[in-house]
Amino acid sequence: MLPTLLHDKQKRAAAVMEHASGDKRFKILEAHMKKHQYRHDALIEILHKAQELFGFLDDDLLLFVAYRLKLPASRVYGVATFYHFFTLKPQGKHTCVVCLGTACYVKGSNKVLAAVEEKAKIKAGETTPDNQVSLLTARCIGACGIAPAVVYDGVVTPRQTPETAIEHMKGWISNGH
Amino acid sequence: MVIDDLNAIAEKEQAARKKTVIRCCMAAGCMSSSSDAVKKNLEQAVKDAGLENEVEVRGVGCMKLCCEGPLVGVDPKGALYEKVTPEDARELIGTLKGGKTKLKQGDLNAPFFKKQLSIVLANSGEIDPERIEAYIAAEGYQALHHVLREMTPKEVVEAMVKSGLRGRGGAGFPTGIKWGTVAKTQSPQKYVICNADEGDPGAFMDRSVLESDPHSVLEGMAIAAYAVGANQGFIYVRAEYPLAIKRLQNAIKQAKALGLLGSGIFESPFNFSIDIRIGAGAFVCGEETALMASVEGKRGVPRPRPPFPAESGLFGCPTLLNNVETFANVPPIYRKGAEWFAGIGTEKSKGTKVFALAGKINNTGLIEVPMGTTMRQIVEEMGGGAPDGRKIKAVQTGGPSGGCIPSQHLDTPVDYESLGKLGSIMGSGGMIVMDDSTKMVDVARFFMDFCMDESCGKCVPCRTGTVQMLHLLEKILERKATARDLAKLEELCDMVKNTSLCGLGQTAPNPTLSTLRFFRNEYEELLQPDQFGPQGNGEAKKSEPAKK
Repeated sequence: MLPTLLHDKQKRAAAVMEHASGDKRFKILEAHMKKHQYRHDALIEILHKAQELFGFLDDDLLLFVAYRLKLPASRVYGVATFYHFFTLKPQGKHTCVVCLGTACYVKGSNKVLAAVEEKAKIKAGETTPDNQVSLLTARCIGACGIAPAVVYDGVVTPRQTPETAIEHMKGWISNGH
Repeated sequence: MVIDDLNAIAEKEQAARKKTVIRCCMAAGCMSSSSDAVKKNLEQAVKDAGLENEVEVRGVGCMKLCCEGPLVGVDPKGALYEKVTPEDARELIGTLKGGKTKLKQGDLNAPFFKKQLSIVLANSGEIDPERIEAYIAAEGYQALHHVLREMTPKEVVEAMVKSGLRGRGGAGFPTGIKWGTVAKTQSPQKYVICNADEGDPGAFMDRSVLESDPHSVLEGMAIAAYAVGANQGFIYVRAEYPLAIKRLQNAIKQAKALGLLGSGIFESPFNFSIDIRIGAGAFVCGEETALMASVEGKRGVPRPRPPFPAESGLFGCPTLLNNVETFANVPPIYRKGAEWFAGIGTEKSKGTKVFALAGKINNTGLIEVPMGTTMRQIVEEMGGGAPDGRKIKAVQTGGPSGGCIPSQHLDTPVDYESLGKLGSIMGSGGMIVMDDSTKMVDVARFFMDFCMDESCGKCVPCRTGTVQMLHLLEKILERKATARDLAKLEELCDMVKNTSLCGLGQTAPNPTLSTLRFFRNEYEELLQPDQFGPQGNGEAKKSEPAKK
């Protein structure tokens, strides 16, 4: 992001704004900023909203937020990269989040993760080449009573084993690779 | 809103109560086992049986025995049905008319329930967390009225000191003294923050409190704000807890609508409003200065103290920061009196503590016990021991900042000092039980990996120290390490512990140090003979020439 920024700052700003003008989601985001009165301390809230609208935070989106909140781009980029929750890469159609909290770990969630990694042929944090599945890990989703837990597309599913996890992923992974 | 209005709401709620109440757990644990569908089917079954006027199906908060969820309780019969599926609803309703059921029933007289003493969780599993009326009927907001109309802020702080409540976030700083410090600092603007960034893996007490009884936290915050002279509060919640966020938003909206938050609460000159700030997944944000940076919309990095937040905190103003469970303890203290609270627990640790019991144990779930209860009572009697007839090897408390307490020390009473002596900490209340199949070096590696990943990178000892310690632990696990590596690891642990900036780094070596202390043999079994010296006795290190 930085090299492009240094190149031609003015031109870039205009391009981002023009890009934003045609997309309804930017309008929703703008309204959300207005709700927070463009306050600098609402940056994290606004990034949450942006990620909710767009699925991930790309450079243009971050620049848009920076211009609108009148913050340096470095500050917005710094916050977006600091927190685990924000992602700068597009996510797959489906997400599979394996909880690796202590309770899940001692009950074998690492084996669940290994099985899923092997099945999807990707590592944790990656997305399959066909953009079908993103595999993520969580530090603890607070569902320790039903460990090991896996979140498939936002639905917390209790007491997973490598077999049940692969069963769940079956429909998501095409046979091509 | 005056006290008569509050009482009128409570009376109306009590009058509307039906003869039989079916409580269906609607906390995140049971929801993931489709308890919402169970509730829907129960409602339909009640309708079909024509019992609408006698039976109420109520969605409630956590009913504690999470491993057997979804849980359904029937009052006043006193039955607790476990692992209820949506298909079981009709059969369950049938029992109200004398029908029989094969559904698994929990024993409410089992030690898991009998040994609990509920202060924080008193409403959890009893009232509907999404209705403020239910909280008011359970004496909710009475304490706030009492405090606002009958006590001066100074008296409120004094009562808190007298109660002996200590911070439930882990460190155990006396709450009354903290309140007193913020109250004394002169400033036109002060803040109250509730730390709901429950990052410890294996801890879910705060989530349950927020999901089951959000109003108790709001009331506690309002009382604290009155005591210290703040008019704005923030609740910093993890983004991983969507249900807790939803219930909090709903609770704040309801409290505002009734005038229990906002301006001129109970027709007094006291104003207080609460905003929610949603975290974005950074463990270090549980540290108070990092949390405040995050509330300000910045990267969550800690800063050196002093100045302490009580003097200069959020936006440079004096700030009171307490944990969810601490705030939830506040309303009962003012409702029942500081002496009552001080009568519970041990000499130095008062009241109760909520623990999240998880890991290799039969009864996983939430427990609230008086301080001073022994670990053995908790894990063996209440928790029912390890499953599959295995033996308990250690209990891990305090998450990545805590330590492993071996089975020979299970008779230790649970209070801040006793756990500290064993090299662990009370922590926020996660209690992970490990059986004899667990490898302790692997556990140490797991926590070090966690701390390395979560280190914010601001101070060097934590940033690089955690990486080096992780490498050493991995080397030991790969059976490539020698006694010299172990000595190096211990040296590094000591260095990182003493020189890191914030709590994350200072406590990161704890799991390694405590496993080294109690399970040193497991480390030594993995060591290789040192080709430069006699094996395993550390002699080689002394004869090695200095590298620099």
